[in-house]
Amino acid sequence: MSLFLLFLSAFLVNNIVLMRFLGLCPFFGVSSKLDTAVGMGMSVIFVMVLSSVITWFLYQYILMPLNLVFLRTAAFILVIASLVQFLEIYFKKAIPGLYSALGIFLPLITTNCTILGVAFLNIDYGHSLIQTLVYSIGVSLGFTLALVLMAGIRMRIDTAPVPDAMKGLPIAFITASLMALAFLGFQGFLGLSL
Amino acid sequence: MLKTFIDGIVKNNPVLVLAIGLCPTLAVSTSAFNALGMGAAVIFVLTFSNLIVSSFRKVIPDNLRIPIFIIVISTFVTIVDYVMKAYLPGLSKNLGVFVPLIVVNCIILGRAEGFAYKNSVGKAVLDGLGSGIGFTLAIFIMGTIREILGQGTWMSIPGGFEGFKVLGQGFLNYPVLFMILPPGGFLVIAFLMGGIRYFEARRSA
Repeated sequence: MSLFLLFLSAFLVNNIVLMRFLGLCPFFGVSSKLDTAVGMGMSVIFVMVLSSVITWFLYQYILMPLNLVFLRTAAFILVIASLVQFLEIYFKKAIPGLYSALGIFLPLITTNCTILGVAFLNIDYGHSLIQTLVYSIGVSLGFTLALVLMAGIRMRIDTAPVPDAMKGLPIAFITASLMALAFLGFQGFLGLSL
Repeated sequence: MLKTFIDGIVKNNPVLVLAIGLCPTLAVSTSAFNALGMGAAVIFVLTFSNLIVSSFRKVIPDNLRIPIFIIVISTFVTIVDYVMKAYLPGLSKNLGVFVPLIVVNCIILGRAEGFAYKNSVGKAVLDGLGSGIGFTLAIFIMGTIREILGQGTWMSIPGGFEGFKVLGQGFLNYPVLFMILPPGGFLVIAFLMGGIRYFEARRSA
């Protein structure tokens, strides 16, 4: 049950984009079309789950025993950057279909702060391996949800009369503000706060 | 030389004009003091990473430059993280995961790649200071607006100074809590950006 709560908390209550302000660059950068939003979301789910598990093992079995905890920032970012590079090469060779769907988003993911942020959060919260897995699935699904919702709304805003000065990013921020307000409603959900 | 410095603050303000480095700007600007702390950390990392990248620009091989930049940046981020944890534990707790996340802040990698790698040491340092101050200014303005409206105080320090009571006692009892919650952050930056665009358009018209 507590794993389910952890999942819900990561997915809705503490939505990584709208409540935690992580991953705002892709949230505003690739949310102007629905299909790119879905593609980005899928890549993030895949990379985040993989990288969270790998960084968890790296921290617990290499950095901790060797007393190298101070290297975690450098170690994590290098591991994530090389993982993304490796996935890109592997997909290109082995699964061209997947590569053509996700390929253009993969390089962008290295600088997506959700991936590194979730790796740090898993350590800071002291998650076990199972909790790490559940948490990263919840967070990445929450990211995808926010991104797809945003893309849907922005496609409508494109045809709406918006004051010149507010066109583009400013109106997207106001949309995000209203979405965050709606997600704030989940705060009382199940009475949990994490 | 001076133009490099001023451009980073005003014309190419990283947050309000170029819209990069948004995550820490929105997350940390719940109070003016937190915003200043984050700004100081970014100025330090940005200036020193620009200094190192620019000093070694002739020996850094072109196809390995990004990993090298990342290692340089993460070294300075680790220094900031540990110094802050030791001397300002309250601030460090408030900023939380956003201090180590300076590593993936697009402003820093962007300046290293776009400016420091191609320019002399003096220029690179000035550019780092300018962009860092531009970031700090933007985040400080947001922190000020959100703290005054959302809490009724200005420059309050956790566990220390309780802040200037800008809007009077009545406001302190019933602040606009919305402003320090996540939706308020999005709203404030929307109107700041919109305002800048409005005045730019009027000035050039």
